[in-house]
Amino acid sequence: MDPSLFPLFGLFTVLLLVTGLYCVVATRNFIRLLIGLEIVTKGVTLLIILGGYLSGHMALAQALAITLIVIEVVVIAIAAGIVIAIYRKNGSLDANLMKNLKG
Amino acid sequence: MNLMLLTAMLLAALWAVFTRTLLKSAIALALASVLLTVIMFQLKSPLAAVFELSVCAGLITVVFVSTISLTQPQSDAQVLAHAGQRLRRYWFLPVLLALVVVGLDCAHLPLDFTPPTPEEAGLDVRNVLWNMRPTDLLGQVIIILAGVFGVVVLFKEKA
Amino acid sequence: MLATLIFIPLLLLILLNLPCGCLRRAAGPLGIIYVVGQAFLTVGGLGEAPCPWMHGITRGIGSAIDVFGFKSSVLAAFPLAADGITRTMLLSIAVVALAGLLVGRGTIADDRQRFNFANLVLVTVMGMNGIVLVRDLFSVYVFIEVASVASFILIALHKDREGLEGALKYIVMSAVATAMMLSAIGLFLMLAGGTAFTDVAQLFGHSATDAEARTMGLAPTLGLLAAALFLGGIFIKSGLVPFHGWLPDAYMAAPAGVSVLLGGIVTKTTGVYVLVRLAWDMLGIHGTVGSTLLLVGTISIVAGALLALVQSDFKRMLAYSSISQVGYIIASLGTGTAMGLAGAVFHIFNHAIFKSQLFVNAAAVEKQVGSRNMDEMGGLAVKMPLTGTTILMALLSTAGVPPFAGFWSKLVILLALWQAGCTTYALIAVLASILTLAYFLSMLRRVFWGKLRKGLEGVHEAAPSLTVPAVILTLITIAVGILIPFVFGTFILPVDRL
Repeated sequence: MDPSLFPLFGLFTVLLLVTGLYCVVATRNFIRLLIGLEIVTKGVTLLIILGGYLSGHMALAQALAITLIVIEVVVIAIAAGIVIAIYRKNGSLDANLMKNLKG
Repeated sequence: MNLMLLTAMLLAALWAVFTRTLLKSAIALALASVLLTVIMFQLKSPLAAVFELSVCAGLITVVFVSTISLTQPQSDAQVLAHAGQRLRRYWFLPVLLALVVVGLDCAHLPLDFTPPTPEEAGLDVRNVLWNMRPTDLLGQVIIILAGVFGVVVLFKEKA
Repeated sequence: MLATLIFIPLLLLILLNLPCGCLRRAAGPLGIIYVVGQAFLTVGGLGEAPCPWMHGITRGIGSAIDVFGFKSSVLAAFPLAADGITRTMLLSIAVVALAGLLVGRGTIADDRQRFNFANLVLVTVMGMNGIVLVRDLFSVYVFIEVASVASFILIALHKDREGLEGALKYIVMSAVATAMMLSAIGLFLMLAGGTAFTDVAQLFGHSATDAEARTMGLAPTLGLLAAALFLGGIFIKSGLVPFHGWLPDAYMAAPAGVSVLLGGIVTKTTGVYVLVRLAWDMLGIHGTVGSTLLLVGTISIVAGALLALVQSDFKRMLAYSSISQVGYIIASLGTGTAMGLAGAVFHIFNHAIFKSQLFVNAAAVEKQVGSRNMDEMGGLAVKMPLTGTTILMALLSTAGVPPFAGFWSKLVILLALWQAGCTTYALIAVLASILTLAYFLSMLRRVFWGKLRKGLEGVHEAAPSLTVPAVILTLITIAVGILIPFVFGTFILPVDRL
């Protein structure tokens, strides 16, 4: 429970988040986009557990992490469902082909 | 020990981003989940670690693998062409990560903080979850119902 | 008692989905009955000093639960609370959900789709009720996700190409914003030892009870970083410039009833309300926070109005108009005064009313004409008189013309800006009101006035399910506008307390 653990874990959390975000931004395939979102979620879970560990509130942090995991699995399931529906509609999963809505 | 685990997890995540086939990417993600489980166990969170293992390394991998098998994104020629450009698109990532490390090191963030003293040091997760945070449980129930509903809506073809 | 607002829709949801399937056709009407009930509950008074008949209802619900064998004290175990801001939000949620359900009945033809739509709207209402009733940051996240998941499915309900793409864009932006908010929550947990509103407020020295902790700037650097992360996530969710990229696509791609819900209340609850709570209860609006809010708000006002001017798609223009109005709310919040807060909350309510009404009218026009391109329309006022009149009143309220309700909320916002000394921002807000009038009048000219275009002769007034909500919402706008002294005293001024 010493704050000296924070720099090491904090650094790796930030690196994980950057990796996930980069994957979301740089990919053309929708499924890899979801994988990038999952990596970001792992980073955030690690951060919450770390926060609880460093402040001594392990029980609270675990409860938050469990809730977070349950919610994220539902979100990923719905996103995967939408990706499958897009595939069935369009026949491919290339993000460059989806320019219907002009930003 | 912690450093090894953290580096291994980061490498697994990087492999998930870089690898050519989606299936290997999903497996790399599962590997990262397993490593996160061990890290969480090291950080004295056994219950959350078990949840992470069974749900993320298990359920989500199943979801991804079934999504991948239900969709065949590109023909073989396109896969090869796309993969060739892959390195050109992703080369920036390790550079970016190195820059982040250097940047954080030079920023000299004042990371001093005094953690507050915990009152309920002996509290159990189950106690916290059921007695102190019942609204979160209610939210979980609602979102699971909504998710099931959504999967039915999204997958049902016009009969 | 407050937990019933989440439990009753849950009960309805379970009842509607039982395997017997006998209640399938009643999904829409049951939803409508519930939201009307919620509207009455909020007006009647939820917290202390409610109307006399509220006591009777509370006791009645409690004894009904006891009759069925459950312990009604279980309901009291949920840490929910309702103050003035919450009451306003609950009322707005109920009214917009009513409009959305009615429009859904009117525009969705397939029975099974109607059933899905009604169920998902119930889930969204549950999620939004949860957001405004809890007093803990992580629980806010939980219910934001509930409302968001239901919204994702709703946008993709018809599984058309546009809807699926809009839903995916919304999912990605929402997930990124959620990741930022969760990182901030993790940091708050580390620094403050808890995620409740009071814990975080103590971290920033904003606790109202602890007198000696009232000095500002108590938070270490990490705390400020966490606050910045959370604010960034909320800006994305509210659709403020420059994080507004997903909003027009999502609003436009959604089916008609869903656009009413999205534009009217979902973004406001998941984004703007959380921002109000964060800034007012936890961060304290002084210094950097206040000026950031003022700047981002004013930029959104102007950018939203300018972008709305050049649109040719009806719903897209309404989406950009939403961005502009949210800018007003944030700028008013940025002043940090009680009047600013009152103006912001009042404008959230008014915006819910007039923006959802505009989307209802857009749905009526789209259904009758068959397209959303305003350049192809003209002269509809003769053929669709009800829609034409109600849309005129809605836009007058949006632009802030007396005696409609929008005028009063804009006036409060401008007064708050003036009193706080931000005169330049106030002037920009006034000029943007003129811009608002401009783009709406241009829309009216293109769609409703002028000569009737060829090919539109067969158009007639929309079905009752699309005009009734518009009329109801217009009546509410006019009523609030005319009865402003009464409304001001009982609802607006005590918005912070109760």
